[in-house]
Amino acid sequence: MSLLEQVRQPRRRGRAAVEAIAGDRTDRARLLTAALCAALVLVALASLGWGAADDTRALPALLSRFGLAEAELRDRVIVWGVRMPRMVLGVLVGAALAVTGAVMQGLFRNPLADPGLVGVSAGAGLGAVSGIVLAGALPALLTGWLGLWLVPAAAFAGGWTSTLLLYAIATRQGRTSVATMLLAGIALAALTGALTGIIVYRATDQQLRDLTFWGMGSLAGANWSRVMLAAPLILAALAAAPFLARALNALALGEAAAAHLGVPVQRMKTIAILTVAAAVGASVSVTGGIGFIGIVVPHLLRLMQGPDHRYLLPNAALLGALLLLLADGIARTVIAPAELPIGIVTATLGGPFFMWILLRNRAVMDL
Amino acid sequence: MRRRAVLAVLALLAAGRAGAEQYPDTRQIVSIGGPITEIVYALGQQNRLVARDTTSTYPEAATDLPDVGYMRQLSPEGVLSVGPDLILARETSGPPETMQVLGEAGIPVVLVPDRFDAEGVSEAVRMVGDALGEADAAEAMAQRIEAQFAALRQGVEARPDALRVLFVLSVDGGRLNVAGSGTGADGLLSLAGGTNVMGSAFGGYKLITDEALIEAAPDAILMMDSTGDHSLADEAVLTIPAVTATPAGQAGRVVRVPDWALGFGPRTPEAARDLHDALFGTP
Repeated sequence: MSLLEQVRQPRRRGRAAVEAIAGDRTDRARLLTAALCAALVLVALASLGWGAADDTRALPALLSRFGLAEAELRDRVIVWGVRMPRMVLGVLVGAALAVTGAVMQGLFRNPLADPGLVGVSAGAGLGAVSGIVLAGALPALLTGWLGLWLVPAAAFAGGWTSTLLLYAIATRQGRTSVATMLLAGIALAALTGALTGIIVYRATDQQLRDLTFWGMGSLAGANWSRVMLAAPLILAALAAAPFLARALNALALGEAAAAHLGVPVQRMKTIAILTVAAAVGASVSVTGGIGFIGIVVPHLLRLMQGPDHRYLLPNAALLGALLLLLADGIARTVIAPAELPIGIVTATLGGPFFMWILLRNRAVMDL
Repeated sequence: MRRRAVLAVLALLAAGRAGAEQYPDTRQIVSIGGPITEIVYALGQQNRLVARDTTSTYPEAATDLPDVGYMRQLSPEGVLSVGPDLILARETSGPPETMQVLGEAGIPVVLVPDRFDAEGVSEAVRMVGDALGEADAAEAMAQRIEAQFAALRQGVEARPDALRVLFVLSVDGGRLNVAGSGTGADGLLSLAGGTNVMGSAFGGYKLITDEALIEAAPDAILMMDSTGDHSLADEAVLTIPAVTATPAGQAGRVVRVPDWALGFGPRTPEAARDLHDALFGTP
């Protein structure tokens, strides 16, 4: 049965047919989960084994931590200080971006929704820009130590501030209007854009280059302190996401219908928005802006296994992590010993690929 | 490798006493920053280089070395992959995460201050020379550079008339992007005896309004002799209405400097001398 036929089949009437599809899709989703898990493990191991320093003896370096092998300092630093935190961060951020993308598309019932809609990216951008430019104004003594933390912390604070602001604006008498949030988000993005512009105007040439690179995203700055900064929030968000699945499924029918089905719509919105802000705020603050994962992954999975959020969310985490690791593999080897910002890789590969999917499935995706 | 790290620490301690960091036995050096690479070549130590950054494009032969990326966006694994035993870098190299990893890997990093003045050049030459264990050659080179600067300064001080100059980096929608203080252009101008009209107005490069431009009343406009993105025809600037209202515009006076002259290195005395001659005429 082709993908296209399968997706079109609900048009056939009859309970038996619907159940057959549901069962078929469940099997398919479970199969996909298993395949993605296996692929993720393989790619994660590969990302520890390969890199620009291709003469690194990765296995002994890996084992040396546990006293099982001898390895040179350089190899140990490459495997444990560079590749390992980078891989862990890639998995966390990839999963976070893809899952929050799926949650946002479900919450806004809009296929174009991405985590940026809750204002977290714009706010984080403003925070990061302030951090980068402010760092230049601080005494060198402070920036030496603080320099590693200043930009992530500022980005994180910016992301949360703007999300909470948007949430407060969109909530009246205990009800959050998704439409207001969308529109207020556009206004807030314009405002943060203007503030960013003012700061950029004050920036030196070097800071300008830093800002440009920050906007393109990178896992290159990965280290354990960044993993520690991002991991608790991302893991908490990933743990919370599955509990939203049923509510998101019901929400596909509309807010009123979902409420009639017994879904606590308002509470669910609050949780969803907080989840997204936590995961994306943490991701953006440590890696900069990485596009496309949040859009491509959920759509790809919906085509492969249907829109049921119970299977969509976990598989999105796996596929997001997998794709980001693969993209990072390209980013860090293709022009070695230099490297590309990962946002460039995800957009150059993701853009055309997404267009191809759209063209192939135009009939199905027509929303 | 561990022993090397210990040696590096010992060298660092020894250097602390001597007042400079010295790594005479290094053979696998990564040079970060155009001027640094230039100094390494000028000292004849290029056979010890294994890699460079994107900004190191002079001399031409340097471009054959592997490129570890832009100096502010170095990849830790990329730099480690070329197996360095010493890194010579401008102090603004980064990001800090990468510099931290390089430190953890026990690779000595010599950071050379970024300065846009005459003393900065000879200081950089001495630091790089010390690090390479070529202190004598570096001292000779630094003194040669200082002598060139001193000769130029004499010529400048003997001149009674000051020339007000505006450095234009690019034109953006009819507005000029010009150099303030703390820029290579500002440093070069003051060495050459010109006065940067925006030197006290702001730092870095900024777009200025027509009125500020007319008020500044530059006698000459300085631009890069560029072939790249900054390529600008004289007319593109001279035909801007606000420029035509300045002495520079009325005289049609545009002076060019080569692109590399905005970074401070061993060729700076020569660049400053050429600029001086272009501004004031050869004596």
